[in-house]
Amino acid sequence: MNPEVALPILVPLFSGAVSLLFWRSRPMQRFIAVTGNLALLIVSLWLFVSTHQLGYITLQMGDWPAPFGITLVADMLSAVMILLTAIIGLSMGIYSLATTAQGHEKFGYYPLLHLMLAGVAGAFLTGDIFNLYVWFEVMLVASFALLILGGERAQMEGAIKYVTMNLLASVIFLTAIGLLYGMVGTLNMADIALRLDMAEHQGMVEVLAVMFMVAFGIKAAAFPLFFWLPASYHTPPVAVSALFAGLLTKVGVYALFRVFTLMFDQSMGYLQDIMLWGAALTMVTGVLGAAAQYEFRRILSFHIVSQIGYMLLGLALYTPLAIAGGVLAIAHNIVVKTNLFLISGITHRLQGTHQLKKMGGLYRERPWLAVAFFISAFSLAGFPPLSGFFAKFVLVRAGIEAGAYAVTAVALAVGLMTLYSMVKVWNEVFWKTLPEDNCILQEPAPAGDDGRLVKPSLWLMYLPVVVLALGSVLIGIFAEPVMRVMETIGEQLMNPTDYIRAVLGENADGGISLLEAEVQEGSGP
Amino acid sequence: MEPLMAVAIGILYATAIFMMLRRSIVKLVIGLILLSNAANLLIFTTAGMTRGAPPLIPEGMSRPLGAIADPLPQAVVLTAIVIAFGVLAFSVVLVRRAYEIVKAEDMDKMKDTDT
Repeated sequence: MNPEVALPILVPLFSGAVSLLFWRSRPMQRFIAVTGNLALLIVSLWLFVSTHQLGYITLQMGDWPAPFGITLVADMLSAVMILLTAIIGLSMGIYSLATTAQGHEKFGYYPLLHLMLAGVAGAFLTGDIFNLYVWFEVMLVASFALLILGGERAQMEGAIKYVTMNLLASVIFLTAIGLLYGMVGTLNMADIALRLDMAEHQGMVEVLAVMFMVAFGIKAAAFPLFFWLPASYHTPPVAVSALFAGLLTKVGVYALFRVFTLMFDQSMGYLQDIMLWGAALTMVTGVLGAAAQYEFRRILSFHIVSQIGYMLLGLALYTPLAIAGGVLAIAHNIVVKTNLFLISGITHRLQGTHQLKKMGGLYRERPWLAVAFFISAFSLAGFPPLSGFFAKFVLVRAGIEAGAYAVTAVALAVGLMTLYSMVKVWNEVFWKTLPEDNCILQEPAPAGDDGRLVKPSLWLMYLPVVVLALGSVLIGIFAEPVMRVMETIGEQLMNPTDYIRAVLGENADGGISLLEAEVQEGSGP
Repeated sequence: MEPLMAVAIGILYATAIFMMLRRSIVKLVIGLILLSNAANLLIFTTAGMTRGAPPLIPEGMSRPLGAIADPLPQAVVLTAIVIAFGVLAFSVVLVRRAYEIVKAEDMDKMKDTDT
């Protein structure tokens, strides 16, 4: 028994249920939002430490042996992703205390937040392909509801696109699962990996691989399937945008990493070129879109797309070093991108607008906010010694080693373009003087329970921003131990045999011999 | 039986995509309904349409006798139906609210947030 594998799912589910019980009590819900997410962080640290010691941890649900029951499995990739989820969850819990409107809290904002974290954690931990679909849906339903909280026109328009595209992706995913089951007769990912290598129709395996690539590509917002993201991510309240930006697209990227290193590692050679150029085009279109925008959160939304390209580049190069770089890019991006969205929320609170043209003068007014933005933005652009530099450095080195010079050059050029649009934000928001037509705090700050303005609680918004900015610096300073963890991930992902053995246990050998017997009888599953 | 099902599922997918490509948000929802039904039927069919007994193991044996119906796709499809239903209920409500707020059911009138 390894309870720490299930706890990152159970803790947010539990805190979500408890905060549902306190539906009418806002203070209680707020209290649970922080304590529940703190508990999630603690169990995630536990999971990380024990995964670091043991390599793989598995838990068979209901004690059914592996290919038959549902398996929860944590390797280093899952553990790192869970840890980041917990950090972001806690930051969001604290940040939401200061930003969430009273009306949203009454409509179940905090329970939905917990539920979404549970869905994300479940997707990272499950070892069963259909279960992955179920956790995706748990996460999506919660995110749908969070996206339209407040019900403004822009939110509705954004939500229709977001919901449609995600449902379409889910149906493609489900179809692929159905066809996969028809081929191999199992849903356990380790078992599928074993059997796909021996499947009769390798052409069909490639079709399935492409279907998974499209389904997760939509969810991860990769070129050319990204257009729903900039249309919807800037519409909800800032805390929700930040959570989406930090976590949701990365779940799609995680699924791509998991599926293509474990199940379709044989057909990877075939798809590598598609993915490589997909990654390059994702980077370029995202950053060009960002360069054209003059609204703070739209710029950031387009940057999510371009950064997804770096992560996909790591997968597409398909060497241990490249995978390590890709995962480092995910980790760095979760921290930095969330932070940038949080900063956009603070600037909105201070100046009452998201339009860059109407903002200004924040460097003089709030120097520390400017420093936090500076760190995050330059980390995103890849300046040493911040976290983004090492992610890019590793990816570029892996690209040169793999001989993919053109794509590597694209990655470097996109870094410069990122810098350009970040400097644009810096100039407009922090450097230039405040333009005449800005009316600061046009809308009154939301009132607290007792009717006081919540303005004094601005420190609740600063706290996560400072912590996350510090996180980006720390990833940069402690690049060596971080990189060692990433290299372990690269090794683990490139050698799926260990994963399969960890999940199936002694059934791994049994599964192979059973399969051979079936093939001899001529009656496939 | 399987070829018939395959054709039916194919028609469902095609109709669903066609409906989703129209500009009306009501047709979009109808498309989504058809799409999820098509996927559910596909999962149901992939295990093969065996006319078999329920997969019960007689006492004292370690495996069932004779032809059995594969229980796993049925469990899977049940879950998928529940999820699809929940999500569809949500999208129907969403479309209604969007119609009330935007006052149009034409997708082309919902381009404010596009860039």
